[in-house]
Amino acid sequence: MLKKFVLTFIFLIFAGPIFAVQPDEVLKDPTLEARAREISKVLRCPVCQGENIDDSNAEVSRDLRLLVRERLQAGDTDSQVIDYITARYGEYVLFEPEKKGANLLLWYLGPGVLILALIGGFFYVRARRSAPETPTGPALSAEEEKRLKELMGE
Amino acid sequence: MINELGHFALILAFAVAIVQALVPLIGAHKGWRGWMAVGEPAASAQFLLIAVSFAALTHAFVVSDFSLKLVWENSHTDKPMLYKVTGVWGNHEGSMLLWVLILSLFGAAAAWFGGALPPRLRARVLSVQAWIGVAFLAFILFTSNPFLRLAEAPFNGKGMNPLLQDPGLAFHPPFLYLGYVGLSMAFSFAVAALIEGRIDAAWARWVRPWTLAAWIFLTIGIALGSWWAYYELGWGGFWFWDPVENASFMPWLLAAALLHSAIVVEKREALKSWTILLAIMAFGFSLIGTFIVRSGVITSVHSFASDPQRGIFILAILAFFVGGALTIYAFRASAMQAKGVFSMISRETALVVNNILLAVAALVVFVGTVWPLVAEMFFGRKLSVGAPFFDQAFTPFMVILALILPVGAMMPWKRARLGRVLRSLVPAFVLALAVAGLAWAVESGNSLLALVATFLGSWLVFGSMTELWQRAGRTPARLKRLPRADWGKAVAHSGLGVTFIGVGLLLAGQVENIRVAQLNEPFTVDGYEITLTKVEQVKGPNYMSQMGTMVVKRDGKLVATMHPEKREYPVQRMPTTEAAIHTTPLEDIYLVIGDPQKDGGYAVRTYIKPFADWIWAGAIIMALGGLLSLSDRRYRVAAGARKTRAMPGHATPAE
Repeated sequence: MLKKFVLTFIFLIFAGPIFAVQPDEVLKDPTLEARAREISKVLRCPVCQGENIDDSNAEVSRDLRLLVRERLQAGDTDSQVIDYITARYGEYVLFEPEKKGANLLLWYLGPGVLILALIGGFFYVRARRSAPETPTGPALSAEEEKRLKELMGE
Repeated sequence: MINELGHFALILAFAVAIVQALVPLIGAHKGWRGWMAVGEPAASAQFLLIAVSFAALTHAFVVSDFSLKLVWENSHTDKPMLYKVTGVWGNHEGSMLLWVLILSLFGAAAAWFGGALPPRLRARVLSVQAWIGVAFLAFILFTSNPFLRLAEAPFNGKGMNPLLQDPGLAFHPPFLYLGYVGLSMAFSFAVAALIEGRIDAAWARWVRPWTLAAWIFLTIGIALGSWWAYYELGWGGFWFWDPVENASFMPWLLAAALLHSAIVVEKREALKSWTILLAIMAFGFSLIGTFIVRSGVITSVHSFASDPQRGIFILAILAFFVGGALTIYAFRASAMQAKGVFSMISRETALVVNNILLAVAALVVFVGTVWPLVAEMFFGRKLSVGAPFFDQAFTPFMVILALILPVGAMMPWKRARLGRVLRSLVPAFVLALAVAGLAWAVESGNSLLALVATFLGSWLVFGSMTELWQRAGRTPARLKRLPRADWGKAVAHSGLGVTFIGVGLLLAGQVENIRVAQLNEPFTVDGYEITLTKVEQVKGPNYMSQMGTMVVKRDGKLVATMHPEKREYPVQRMPTTEAAIHTTPLEDIYLVIGDPQKDGGYAVRTYIKPFADWIWAGAIIMALGGLLSLSDRRYRVAAGARKTRAMPGHATPAE
């Protein structure tokens, strides 16, 4: 039973993105269609494993693609369309997490850590400017020195 | 019988690994030479036993022995021989066996070629390597045994996922594993050095070739996977920021950082404890990658055979090794004192910045990958993190990296004069601007992406050329005599530039057309006149194909006759698309055929993908650069140092 379910699932996922956007879905107005495609890239197919609705062939993705086009034709802006869909299908369908609440951590962790690391790096490098050139670890034995020289090709 | 031998060999390998994990470690601690020497034969024996086991499993797949559960689940007599063999690792159990085979191969290689290592260090390295072996052999034997029999052998097998029956994907896992597992050497060296309590230039020189080899394999493995996605999934995407892809990308980023920081340890005896930490983390991320793929915790398009039980086992392995290594690190890191002194403007500083950028970029990928899990566990939110996030959060790091790379690469050690470096790069900068301007003018979209990517890409290429030119003292005759490591560096950096150009121009300039194509009614896409002339049913070895014939013309002249296919694999009842791709250096024509439509005709997708192949060409060039560097005399000297010592008259000439 489980196996069957898994197989159907795999079938659903892999059944071929070929079916993705169908010729009959394409809007006549090329600018509107282009906007629809851009929006579709941000929306996740709710039943697949990490495909956007543009690449997915699931029934619900087709419904979502048609819905996106319907809203666009009704005159919605891009963000209105996305809000409309997330209000109905939940945050899960949004591939680009909103920059609010806990998600701020996700968005700003990278830049934050980068700044901290650069500050840390600055102090490290500054300290290296004047460090004493005397070896602090256990010194190399005579034999080791000789080997090191060989290895360094000197 | 052969299967039982394979199983038995695996159990023996487990026993040998336990001995190899304990005896040399104790020997190194007590200073007992005999105990230390156990590591070498044990590593060879472990490798041979696992190789026997792997050969037994391969034999079962080749002769289609369906009394083995694994073969029955993943193979079929109709499958072409190539895929019977690659089917060995096209499933969870077999791929883990390949994992430990490669792990023991690296261990054995350290035993065979590590003659120049101090015996104590070698004993410890082999021991740590064996600890990893013990953990993964236990994992296989107790949770994922590939040699389980069925009570009654079925008449035929269930076949393999048709998507995996493809040359690109068949060889993707071995390369990826060679990369993942190759990083275990860096880890073992790092932990051994921590136990030893010291690390010096010689240590870095031993670690670098292993890390470099691992990085080369990872580069090729990732490129193969990306190329496969491009031609097989049917819409020509090359990177999806899928958890499984990220799992291989994070170790790649960290391995790249490690390569660079190990140079600083080797040449300047600085950044020591950071390098150790990187070595631990790079392998740690390989384990995290294995965990992500095997546990299915983070769902993805690619993962197969996911199972929570196995996930927990791998998580325990991960916690033990990374946690353990970090604990030793906490106690010992202070012993790793830096010696080298350098000024604020120097190659050392540039490499510090390189390491910061690569490591933080890896962190961004990591956080993005696990965020859905974190958000669900701690904030009760079910959300997704996909390509739009990574495009925005990750790309800036690569832009900054590419901007400073040529400048940093030109700087001398210890103290550099920024003005002088910048002046010598002026021609490269101007050329890069010119190329970017050209791309801007030619590219129909006039997109900023195309401009920035071509500028950065050509800046990397011209910058690398400038560096070589400077190193050769601006004399063409001396170019040939430069060490291969210098060439390797320039070639690898240029490869990165080529990939930049490919990614930028493909994303900025791709043209897409979706339509119903009627037979013999031409349509035009981006200046090409395309006609669907024929659709026929063709029988393949283990599939049925609906094969279209499409004629592509430009200005009345024939460009190509292409055959996009839609295949149906009856055993798995699963269709796949086989896009037809006509490749030229400047663009790909990419055709996909779909179902027949109610009112006649077929659904057809046409893409024009500019500079697509530059993406993978760049990766191959990067790998070639790595190979050049690996073949540098100085590494061979390091490997064969014992021989040179034996013949004092045959001293290595100075450079």
